[in-house]
Amino acid sequence: MNDAMRLLPCGDGAVTIELGDVIDQQVLARVEALSAALREAASSGRLPGILDVVQTFRSVTLRYDPLVATLAEISAGIAEVQAGVRPDSGPAGKSWRLPVCYGGIFGPDLTAVAEATRFAPEAVGALHAAGHYRVAMLGFLPGFPFMDGVAPSLRLPRRVDPRLRVPSGSVAIAGPLTAIYPWESPGGWHLIGRCPLPLFDPARPRPALLAPGDRVRFFDIPPDRFAAIEQRIADGGLVPSEWHDAVSGETA
Amino acid sequence: MIGLRVVAAGAMTSIQDLGRHGWRHLGVPASGVLDPVAMQIANRLVGNATDAPVLEAFDGGLHLRAEGGAFRLALVGSVTAERRGADGRCPLAPWRSHLLAEGEEIRLLTCIGEQRCVTIAIAGIVVPNQLGSASTYVRAGLGGIDGRNLEAGDLVPATPADGHLERRLQQAPTPEAGPIRIVAGPQDDHFASAALGRLTSEEYRIGSDADRMGMRLAGPTLAHRDAASREIVSDATVPGSVQVPGNGLPIVLLADGQTAGGYPKIATVITADLPRIGTLRPGSAVRFAWVDVATAQAVARARADRLAALLRTIVECRGDFIAAEADLGRANIAGCAVNALDPSTWSPS
Repeated sequence: MNDAMRLLPCGDGAVTIELGDVIDQQVLARVEALSAALREAASSGRLPGILDVVQTFRSVTLRYDPLVATLAEISAGIAEVQAGVRPDSGPAGKSWRLPVCYGGIFGPDLTAVAEATRFAPEAVGALHAAGHYRVAMLGFLPGFPFMDGVAPSLRLPRRVDPRLRVPSGSVAIAGPLTAIYPWESPGGWHLIGRCPLPLFDPARPRPALLAPGDRVRFFDIPPDRFAAIEQRIADGGLVPSEWHDAVSGETA
Repeated sequence: MIGLRVVAAGAMTSIQDLGRHGWRHLGVPASGVLDPVAMQIANRLVGNATDAPVLEAFDGGLHLRAEGGAFRLALVGSVTAERRGADGRCPLAPWRSHLLAEGEEIRLLTCIGEQRCVTIAIAGIVVPNQLGSASTYVRAGLGGIDGRNLEAGDLVPATPADGHLERRLQQAPTPEAGPIRIVAGPQDDHFASAALGRLTSEEYRIGSDADRMGMRLAGPTLAHRDAASREIVSDATVPGSVQVPGNGLPIVLLADGQTAGGYPKIATVITADLPRIGTLRPGSAVRFAWVDVATAQAVARARADRLAALLRTIVECRGDFIAAEADLGRANIAGCAVNALDPSTWSPS
């Protein structure tokens, strides 16, 4: 863990530890290891005053109470924690296979994506579903997972004309990234399908369904299956956080 | 259910406390009041814990009615307000507590000057926490009442209050003058050096696009170092981040701002000055000045000391309004007042 690291102050109450400036598996592995170690140091009291440990593709940001700790103290604490971090010691993460209903009203951009990438519309869904993705970070909105690993042949720049309202559950792609919108919100990514599992619920012990470090694959479901899963969740017959255990029963 | 009934909600009125901390890694912003100093003073005026939830309103329009009992409240801000009861209407002063009798109403009229934010503390307000805070975050439907801003017809539940002992701040703090102080970075190296000079030498105005998420500024554009510097691989933002998208016009992120973003951030507004800029009315002029982190942290400590000193200047005073006949007895104004027609008041309580 002696690779380049820059401490960038964000005012008097936060500091960003920058480990790189690109989306890269090695950078991400260092981010995961360092952020796990910092989180553990903060919760054990070794790093006092920490309010939040936020990891992104290429950095970890600590928010702290400037009345409890100075930047010099936080910096010294970071150096100490960082010296003890082993590469690839980040959390193992869960593996998920999430259902997606591709195209139609759920994926209004699927046809345009197919045209731009010169695939048949069905092939776009199949190619997306077959990918191996990794949750790099949550951000933008509560529970919004930034997942990298989109096949090079499916990578497109964001839409020129961002939408004001993207429905919640929308599965979208932009460049090397794919995501699921947990909430209705504005958005500039290409919408190719929809996932029926709610991604964020404050009543759950772990409010966000996905966590950084998780691995995600998708599988295609028809609209009636989408409706059935939604109904089972509404009835309480399916607990979204247990979905990864229920895969074998659900995907037959 | 008893409490304060929302007769008219005003604009963007919401329930907030000191915010939701420790969930930012899931993409959940802190939220919380834009002006924590005002919130702590207001709570102390009504006898609440300083971190109790309050109502945060913008400008005039909010109109509340006491329902099912009397309630004590205090307004903090440069605001005019009136109390309406059976006896007509009279002005209601900010920076002190008032007892609103059952059926009485208060109405925020207008904010004076450039600050448009009003904090309303209610003694014994009852709002459940979600993820550790009562703060409303509309995007994800968290906190407050059903996770949304107040609407006409809502009831803000509270414990009834009585007595005639009120509290007031001896002197309302004078608004701090001087520029809004900023610390460079985290991506100041993405900007041309002329842009760094311009941000503090020129005047900016708060744009019309300003809410609890952030405020767009109008003024001279800030040039990025080169085309590649206009975007970054997303990294974390904080309240106070000054991000500059491709059009060169800065955006200051506030309490409800997104937790990560792909625009470079030229600077960060210091904690002590964030309430000063965040509560400004659109159109207000603003100037910035660079400080280093050590200075910003010294300012944060000085502000905490000043708040503590200010809270010590809160004094008790008599209510200026006898709310109801029944209160005469409790206030003991007429010795031991009893109602000769009501035996339940005969024995001294």
